[in-house]
Amino acid sequence: MDELGAYRVLRVSDPHCPEPEPGQFTMLAAAERWGGGEDERPYLPRAFSLARWQDGEAHYLLDDVGPGTKRLCELAAGDQLWTLGPLGQGFTAPRDGRRALLVGGGVGIAPLAILQDGLECEITILLGFRDRPRAEGAALLRGARVATDDGSAGRHGLVTDLLAEELERDAQATVYACGPAPMLETVRAICAAEGVPAQLALEAGMACGFGACFGCVVPKRGGGYLRVCVDGPVIDAAELESIEEHAGAPA
Amino acid sequence: MSVEFCGLQLRHPIINGSGTFDALAARKALGAALDEEFPFAAYVSKTITLEPRQGNPPPRLWEAPGGLINSIGLPNKGLAGYLAEDLPELATLPVPLITNVMGSSAAEIAELVQACDARAEIAAIELNVSCPNVKTGLDIGADPHQLEKVVRAVRPRTSKPLIVKLTPNAADVAACALAAQEGGADAVSLINTLRALALAPASRGGLSAPRSLRPWLGGRTGGLSGSAIRAVALAQVAAVAERVRIPAIGMGGVSCAAHARELLDVGARLVAVGTESFRDPTAGARIARELDPGPASPTSGSA
Repeated sequence: MDELGAYRVLRVSDPHCPEPEPGQFTMLAAAERWGGGEDERPYLPRAFSLARWQDGEAHYLLDDVGPGTKRLCELAAGDQLWTLGPLGQGFTAPRDGRRALLVGGGVGIAPLAILQDGLECEITILLGFRDRPRAEGAALLRGARVATDDGSAGRHGLVTDLLAEELERDAQATVYACGPAPMLETVRAICAAEGVPAQLALEAGMACGFGACFGCVVPKRGGGYLRVCVDGPVIDAAELESIEEHAGAPA
Repeated sequence: MSVEFCGLQLRHPIINGSGTFDALAARKALGAALDEEFPFAAYVSKTITLEPRQGNPPPRLWEAPGGLINSIGLPNKGLAGYLAEDLPELATLPVPLITNVMGSSAAEIAELVQACDARAEIAAIELNVSCPNVKTGLDIGADPHQLEKVVRAVRPRTSKPLIVKLTPNAADVAACALAAQEGGADAVSLINTLRALALAPASRGGLSAPRSLRPWLGGRTGGLSGSAIRAVALAQVAAVAERVRIPAIGMGGVSCAAHARELLDVGARLVAVGTESFRDPTAGARIARELDPGPASPTSGSA
């Protein structure tokens, strides 16, 4: 476990875990004392994007915001975890010589790090955080431009403002985004208006992570639903109607 | 510990609860490992309705103390889609297949049952009677009189074993079980989820923020499952097993062999695993193994 500003990076050694694709996720639970926290939770395992895959270790970015993330943040070196993964559909590389424009918000920057590690094209990285301690998380990626809500680090404003400026400068890009629902909805709307392809890594409350419970759905453009766990978590923005505020996960 | 259930010979007494394990999706996501040791001795499909259903609007899940509240809304391809697309693939599973169906009237249920009866891939049929009657609005399974009438009307449509999945949201579940038996059911299964409500959390601002009185789930109320309901399940299964002659499938919050053993001890013939399979897709196999570790293996002791 390493500290990274307001976040922690959990490193898990799992010899049986196949190498993940950028954008995939793992269900995690502490092997001991999973439960009995605030409101007798957590109960379900929690879904985390792979943030990095290095020397046979999977890295996950943690933000202590609920009973599940709290318990995971308490893990000490050598503690055992229950894991299931890697799961879901990851990112695909840009086509037609476009550059990759990575847009992340808060703890949602995690899958963009492993994506940066795997991309060989030109990359621009824009990250948004609430404040300076959280903005220190930007060190997970290399060469990121940062915006903060309170102006305490980087640009004072939203990361989606940076995105709009970048696309105005050069719209020959594929956007890769992960972050809170309102940020993703703005990214989706901007990219739709500019005709820019966008791949969004979504978060949703999940019971299982492998397609069994049908709990993690988001509305699909044209009707019906997509399961974030097996149809995503990375979903082409053109397939989505809008991303709603409640599309978060139990923490 | 092979078990006889309504004429079916099962390898062990652990099956899945309807709607808690999508064998086709799990096979895709988890790969061949799952087929090597299929977790259940029989596979129960999710609920199939006459017409396709998209399911309820999200959010569909809420983590409750020691459990889960879901309001999924029975998404499925409808009877025709199920028979044409899913059934041939489900038939390749290495265990007998139980198809779960739901209708909002005796006529609808009869149509579903008759269509399932015609398919050799289906070993048994389970009726989900936790559905409001279109005329009365009351759950068909919550009223013993109505339940007996429906089962009696449907019974002649199939020679396959007919299982009635009872609702726990009834005044007297044992009376409902008896009604199912009198109507001609071959078995009952219980408990389904308990009706439950979760309010949307206050948004940012913590405890000082005004508390929302809005239901969190898109379907407003949902069904509570998981460890939180295990003691309720034990009481209801015990009450039902005392009252009926037909076998009972017990379920509710089972996550290890000790829990399964309790349900078997109070009279269940089989035990179903539900929410625990969300947490661990191999739970069924683990519990079956724990129940019956098999003959002791020779050890390499040294003197």
